[in-house]
Amino acid sequence: MFTAMFGSVEQGIIYAIMALGVYLTFRVLDFPDLTVDGSFVTGAATAAMMIALGYHPILATLMAIVAGFIAGCMTGLLHTKGKINPLLSGILMMIALYSINLRIMGLSAENAIVKPNIPLMNADTIFSQFQSFWSNLGVDDALENFIKNSLGFQTAPNTWGTIFVVLIITLIIKFIADWFLKTEVGLAIRATGDNKRMIRSFSANTDGLIVLGLGLSNALVAFSGALIAQYSKFADANMGIGMIVIGLASVIIGEAIFGTKTIFRTTLAVVAGAIIYRIIYAIALRIDWLDTSDMKLITAIIVVLALVIPQLVDKRREKLRKEKRRNERLDQQRELLRGGDHLA
Amino acid sequence: MLKLEGINKIFNEATPDEKIALDNINLHLAPGDFVTIIGSNGAGKSTMMNMISGALTPDFGAVTIEGNEVTKLPEYKRSQYIGRVFQDPMAGTAPSMTIEENLAIAYSRNTKRGLRKGVGRGRRDFFKTSLEKLGLGLENRFNAKVGMLSGGERQALSLLMATFTKPSILLLDEHTAALDPSRAELITRLTKQLVEEGNLTTLMVTHNMQQAIDLGNRLIMMDKGQIILSIDDAKKPTLTIPDLMSEFEKIRGEKMNSDRALLGS
Repeated sequence: MFTAMFGSVEQGIIYAIMALGVYLTFRVLDFPDLTVDGSFVTGAATAAMMIALGYHPILATLMAIVAGFIAGCMTGLLHTKGKINPLLSGILMMIALYSINLRIMGLSAENAIVKPNIPLMNADTIFSQFQSFWSNLGVDDALENFIKNSLGFQTAPNTWGTIFVVLIITLIIKFIADWFLKTEVGLAIRATGDNKRMIRSFSANTDGLIVLGLGLSNALVAFSGALIAQYSKFADANMGIGMIVIGLASVIIGEAIFGTKTIFRTTLAVVAGAIIYRIIYAIALRIDWLDTSDMKLITAIIVVLALVIPQLVDKRREKLRKEKRRNERLDQQRELLRGGDHLA
Repeated sequence: MLKLEGINKIFNEATPDEKIALDNINLHLAPGDFVTIIGSNGAGKSTMMNMISGALTPDFGAVTIEGNEVTKLPEYKRSQYIGRVFQDPMAGTAPSMTIEENLAIAYSRNTKRGLRKGVGRGRRDFFKTSLEKLGLGLENRFNAKVGMLSGGERQALSLLMATFTKPSILLLDEHTAALDPSRAELITRLTKQLVEEGNLTTLMVTHNMQQAIDLGNRLIMMDKGQIILSIDDAKKPTLTIPDLMSEFEKIRGEKMNSDRALLGS
């Protein structure tokens, strides 16, 4: 159980980068961007293709980020210059990316134009590279002894290297996001999502800011895709299906539990939300009568519940408040009436 | 400072709803001029403001600010020169951002936005002294979200944000009309104070004749897309509401439909 959960947390931390990207569009820019389903795979496909061709995994990951940025900018251009509705712009880009992703993966093989997947079984990844550095440090052995002897667990994770490196990466991204959203450009992007008319009257080009925001968001999504491909050692054309909903689920769960008081707190909530989502996912998979393919349905239900329950709670609270108030007033009036009888 | 030459605008052209919104408008503002604009609904006041701000472009005619022709310049580029306060108190500020963040956005109006911190230490002091001028105690609520402020407070903040970077032109579009009388009074007083302090070239649209007479050194009256009356510095100080009414009748040969204008909503 411990080891299974451990894997979920590792993945959750990687998916948190994608969730931060979704937060940037969905919450900050107020732009429901469906490009995510495509750009996640674009990141995975670009990184996997380059690694398969023998490039350094770090270079491959950087290229994946650039590819995601370009994809996001395209969605932004469709919306701002093409005047296409935000949802439709994202859907169009997502569909277009499906074909593009197959082509990107096709570049890794000499005899094929398109490929539906790339396995990375024995390839060098960011994680395998870091692992060789990590095992020299001897932290794993120490922790394994500690968990087995002191905490009494039978099994321990094979390595702590992966969780260490993904946590560092994700936290760096989180802090960069916090800083960026407080810079002049960041403030302008936030105002674009909040009040377009106002920010235009302060000489900001809202079209440019939307394109930039979508680009950065999808760069993060593609980054996450590139890391997931290296983590699970394959890239697949269908690995992005439903990714936007997973991102939304992470954002909504995180915000509901940890609140949105400041930017610092909100981005932390989003990261935590992504990890919690993965844990729920892992628990659901352990239920006997559920199949892996039911997960999309479960994700949809989680998002619906996370959206609806807060409304119901608010309504209930409001109703109780009203009822209390009404009873108080009725009591007062009864009191008055009794007083009236006296007088009469 | 500001020049409008031969501005024409037709709405819904070539449809049954065709309407001439602006009919050959010519207007010239010298630096430091404060012009109030009155006129009935549909006279073209707001359309003219939108021509200057760049939210609309004229069918023909030219807009010049500080000697630069800006007729074709998009709204966001033009707003380097222009401060604006809208009628709707919600329109001029970003509700989910804090007071200091809103001020920082306004502060970057005429500089290129970069990766500098929006609210640095030096700026915070400047924001504080600027807010103190409003006398509303907002300087103690720096980190409050603007959405939590009242309409009057938001409008005062909008006014400060529009003026504290010393824009070449200040446009006020019925910015007190949506407030209750005491709040409107406050905003009017602040308007006067901030415009005088910055010696700002200002255009103010209002429905309230008394306000139009009290504020500014010039007054223009618009009707059916034209400027039908222009009162200059010399005559403005002695102007009264009956003067304006009789002028209108003389020019248009009909009584002014002015319940709203008189009562000053």
